[in-house]
Amino acid sequence: MAQTQTTPKTPPGPAAPARTRSTGTVLAEALRGNVRQYGMLVALALIVVLFQIWTDGTLLKPLNITNLIQQNGYILILAIGMMIVIIAGHIDLSVGSLAAFVGAAAAVMMVKHDLPWPLALAFALLIGAVAGAWQGFWIAYIGIPSFIVTLAGMLLFRGGTQILLQGQSIAPFPKGFQKISSGFLPEVGPHTNYHNLTLLLGLGVLAVAVLQEVRGRRQAASYGLELLPVGFFLAKLAAITAAVLVFTLLLASYHGAPIVLLILGALLVGFGYLMRNSIIGRHTYAIGGNEPAAKLSGVKSKRVVFLAFVNMGVLAALAGLVFAARLNAGTPQAGINFELEAIAAAFIGGASASGGVGTVLGAIIGGLVLGVLNNGMSLVGVGTDYQQVIKGLVLLAAVGFDVYNKRKVGS
Amino acid sequence: MAGPVLEMRSITKTFPGVKALSDVNLSVAAGEIHAICGENGAGKSTLMKVLSGVYPHGSYEGEILFEGEPCRFKDIRASEQRGIVIIHQELALVPYLSIAENIFLGNEHARRGIISWHRTLTHAAALLKRVGLHENPQTRIADIGVGKQQLVEIAKALAKEVKLLILDEPTAALNDEDSRKLLDLMLELKAQGISCIIISHKLNEIARVADSVTVLRDGRTIETIPVGADGIAEDRIIRGMVGRDLEHRYPERTPEIGETVFAVEDWTVQHPIDHHRKVVDGASLTVRAGEIVGIAGLMGAGRTELAMSVFGRSYGRCTGGRVLVHGREVSTRTVPQAIGHGIAYVTEDRKHLGLNLIDDISRNITLSALGKVARRGWVDRHEETKVAESYRASMNIKAPSVFAETGKLSGGNQQKVVLSKWIFAGPEVLILDEPTRGIDIGAKAEIYQVIADLAAQGKAVLVISSELPELLGLCDRIYTMAEGRITGEVARADADQESLMRLMTVSAAPQTAAPQTAVSRPEQV
Repeated sequence: MAQTQTTPKTPPGPAAPARTRSTGTVLAEALRGNVRQYGMLVALALIVVLFQIWTDGTLLKPLNITNLIQQNGYILILAIGMMIVIIAGHIDLSVGSLAAFVGAAAAVMMVKHDLPWPLALAFALLIGAVAGAWQGFWIAYIGIPSFIVTLAGMLLFRGGTQILLQGQSIAPFPKGFQKISSGFLPEVGPHTNYHNLTLLLGLGVLAVAVLQEVRGRRQAASYGLELLPVGFFLAKLAAITAAVLVFTLLLASYHGAPIVLLILGALLVGFGYLMRNSIIGRHTYAIGGNEPAAKLSGVKSKRVVFLAFVNMGVLAALAGLVFAARLNAGTPQAGINFELEAIAAAFIGGASASGGVGTVLGAIIGGLVLGVLNNGMSLVGVGTDYQQVIKGLVLLAAVGFDVYNKRKVGS
Repeated sequence: MAGPVLEMRSITKTFPGVKALSDVNLSVAAGEIHAICGENGAGKSTLMKVLSGVYPHGSYEGEILFEGEPCRFKDIRASEQRGIVIIHQELALVPYLSIAENIFLGNEHARRGIISWHRTLTHAAALLKRVGLHENPQTRIADIGVGKQQLVEIAKALAKEVKLLILDEPTAALNDEDSRKLLDLMLELKAQGISCIIISHKLNEIARVADSVTVLRDGRTIETIPVGADGIAEDRIIRGMVGRDLEHRYPERTPEIGETVFAVEDWTVQHPIDHHRKVVDGASLTVRAGEIVGIAGLMGAGRTELAMSVFGRSYGRCTGGRVLVHGREVSTRTVPQAIGHGIAYVTEDRKHLGLNLIDDISRNITLSALGKVARRGWVDRHEETKVAESYRASMNIKAPSVFAETGKLSGGNQQKVVLSKWIFAGPEVLILDEPTRGIDIGAKAEIYQVIADLAAQGKAVLVISSELPELLGLCDRIYTMAEGRITGEVARADADQESLMRLMTVSAAPQTAAPQTAVSRPEQV
């Protein structure tokens, strides 16, 4: 435990903590810690507003919001796993192929062998875990760079997909399985103009979010930490409330919350908490930040890296299942370029190429920036050729902005 | 001597929220060696970065006159063209290129982009001769020791026709032998008319080579003191640096020594690549509860290698030996095992092996014992913050909060964070490897106090240090190492610098006859 000791008194130097500071400084400091994430949140809002105008309001129509979630669900799932792999200082190029492979395997199990879909789903996730373990073994325990191992995996799993499917699509899937991607929360309760369960869920989320904020603030205060001024705090709460309510009402006025959104929400909360508050999450950041130092601090870095890849495998499998369910087929062409979208999402959302930095929420924000761009540009009628050019520039700009910002702060 | 070759007038440099330099004046006479002293964070490095153009003209206030002409460097290249070359503490050499390629990196002997190897190699050979380095210019940098790399840096500066050479703590990573050679070389260059600025913490070095000393504190010039024939006023410099008297640099303590807690027996370690080479050879030592034991040795003696090998086989290949804690043999095959048996190793290389520089203070402190602030794998962040805050207070870590990035702290504060981390792990045995390397005198005194407190709490403390006065001031007992072997064990009362140095240099091979091999590389097959 902390010891008490008589350290020699030193005169307060320039670095001594100054408790009285202007609101501006406090705010600036709060922002500086997360420039990239706040920046991206602002950018996301900006993009949404722009496309909302350009599409004459189509972007934020309930139907389109629902589409947006269902179209991007699998990329967001991949982005979460990718973020963790990148935080650990690695990369995974194989996730698109692995997603296709798992989708194909699920199709074979359900369609050709008539396996009940929940069982097939469990097997499929297991396949993902095994594939992740295979790659994690070579990376963590043998020491082959992840770039090489997963490049090999990209070929391996793509080939495996084609072997499994023999060049053909397999369809259709059982109804229950399709629901993973196209289903919604069930309708219950009296007939209102809105989807009741979704409304309740939205209110629940809101209550928890506000409670968390307040609790966090109270605890921060009890430890004598610096707080946002009350005005800003209230503004933040109001912003959270408005965002959750608007989003809930939009969804509830259509079919309600899609199942994919529930999966995503659970993953976001679960992995967000895991990375922030669990020992293994902490160790992941430490390895990415300085692996030799982490090892000398007793972190079992091989095991952590191995597990990060196992986790990526499972999430890639889940993404593959969601995608297959959406397509209602297992096809050899599934998952092409998914890895690139997921990697781009992670970097737009604040990951550092050298590891040790990033958050799960950031990966979601990054993925949404890409998703809204995709969706918005399609609505406006921009061709896929120009869409790619623009997305490339956005990735470059986001990371470039961050590098520039770090240099300004660091020098 | 002629007038000043360099004058820096009223230099003020501000960073967001910090005034790093305010109204600093520095005047270097032509052909002199000018020392700059100051605590870490006093502004020495910032001043040199202003001078060398790392911070371009316009990003600071004040003026720089070099050879009487005002200078407005926009980058390092511009200052190098005028003959101002800076050699940083962390050497800027490419390990897998040859000595010759490194010397002319960015300054190649080439015609239309095609390198002339003949001129490159002959010129490199001439420069190496000038700095007294007997190596083939085609040898890779990775294959020579740090001392020699330092000489390559100087040769590189000479290739640029340097007029003012700036050395930032040039001997920090060198052993005494290499340091002596380097200082001799500086005097030689001075005789050739090259002016020199040396940043150093080591007052005895300054006394040897410098003509005058400028003391900086908190970004201000305190005074410039000429070095007389009778040496320098050490006390005056130290007082100037810290602004207070340092009468008790080493804490008073009355050791209460208990039973033997930690013992290493007959420990032997092979070099990780060259298996014929024993880096540690049959080393045995013991440390008792409440005792501070030192290991003295020149660089390359195998002290760090011994410690890291014992601590979870973090270096080389261990081929034999036992570790005993409380008389019971324990396995320290992995770092978690070593920690589990109550052993902690505080590295000499805090930036690369000690800290996650992009993470904050609190998370660095708890890293090695996260379980203590966690329940069933989940970290209690508020408990963690509380722990970190308590260390920030008790260790006097100067930072705005425990959420400050460790990469932005000064060396002394970083070292306090690393120490906090290992004290929090709650070990019985602490191995401290160069615990005060590269940190200022004030922070050193604080760390000595921490070490004394740890011993007073009954911990067994093993201190590895290259500074003999530090070991003599701190330890109850001192082992000496040379060429991987323990060559002596001396009680504090019987030890002095000369006797220790004699034990540190004993060797099977007569080293004094061939100083070249004494550098650190007994790596014959």
